[in-house]
Amino acid sequence: MLSALTQLLIFQLAGEVVARGLALPIPGPVLGMLFLFIALMLRQGPDKELQTTSQNLLQHLSLLFVPAGTGIMVHLHRVADEWLPLLLSLLISTVATLVVTALVMKLCQRAPTAPGEAP
Amino acid sequence: MSPDISQIWVYLSASPLLGLTITLLAYQAAFKLYLRSGNNPLANPVLIAVAMLVLFLTATGTRYETYFAGAQFVHFLLGPATVALAIPLYTQFKRVRAMLLPVLAGLLAGSLTAIVSAVLIGWLFGASQSTLLSLAPKSVTTPIAMGITERIGGIPSLTAVLVIVTGILGALGARYVFDAMKLRDPAIRGFAIGVAAHGIGTARAFQVNEQSGAFAALAMGLNGALTALLVPVLAPWISQLASR
Repeated sequence: MLSALTQLLIFQLAGEVVARGLALPIPGPVLGMLFLFIALMLRQGPDKELQTTSQNLLQHLSLLFVPAGTGIMVHLHRVADEWLPLLLSLLISTVATLVVTALVMKLCQRAPTAPGEAP
Repeated sequence: MSPDISQIWVYLSASPLLGLTITLLAYQAAFKLYLRSGNNPLANPVLIAVAMLVLFLTATGTRYETYFAGAQFVHFLLGPATVALAIPLYTQFKRVRAMLLPVLAGLLAGSLTAIVSAVLIGWLFGASQSTLLSLAPKSVTTPIAMGITERIGGIPSLTAVLVIVTGILGALGARYVFDAMKLRDPAIRGFAIGVAAHGIGTARAFQVNEQSGAFAALAMGLNGALTALLVPVLAPWISQLASR
């Protein structure tokens, strides 16, 4: 577990350093994910330890959002003042995003270039 | 005589130990409830854990900053967990490559819809400028969204809350939306959840189906990167909209 956690931290660190060093708008952890993905392609998959540790970490991914979510107590005032625009915005926008993403994917998938057809 | 309870409380309320312990306790209790409900999306573990914690902290008069001094150890793991998403992504790479066009088209359409619709609806119903700026990156995972908001002049901690509410709404509603659309492909379901509802949606997708989870993880990563590029470009428009 220790070596796997260290690997994850090293990739995150590399992502953070590159993102800040090159002033990229992409956040460090996302770049770290990209680097790890490339490393996995190069060495044809994760070692067993990395596989298990990551699985354990991702199994309780939702736990990691709890501390930030609890921060709602700091913003109760604003939420109370603007609850209607906030709730409608989040609700409608989330449903719209789900529908638009899924529809566009379905449309693109249904129109594959048939064999012999021009690309 | 044994020490006064209030003295013990003085120690506990100042130490990070309590914040960390109650976070884990609340989550585990919430997760048990979720399992007992038969993984019902309405029993979302983040929602229940946050509700329990807010009640506890308010009842004991504990400040959020004090609580976070302990809870930050859990919060920190968001970074390594984001990196770890490379692994399911690698496992599902064959399927991802076969769906490259739908994936990229869905990402672009979904990412723009998430940003523009949130800002427009918020503006329509009279949200303030700082709220609109904090709303824009609401569909991407917390650390990314907070970073974006900081750059464009919104309120990062408000964004964190909006992001999490979005994640919970997506995790709650996705099943009903997809069933109404008669959409069954676990790859598309997963990807759309990842675009709309980042890590909380991804966590939910993993619990339902491994392939959905991998596609959600992919979507969350890609949308995090794309939104980080798009929102700063759209920020002047958002500010202008708010001053109208």
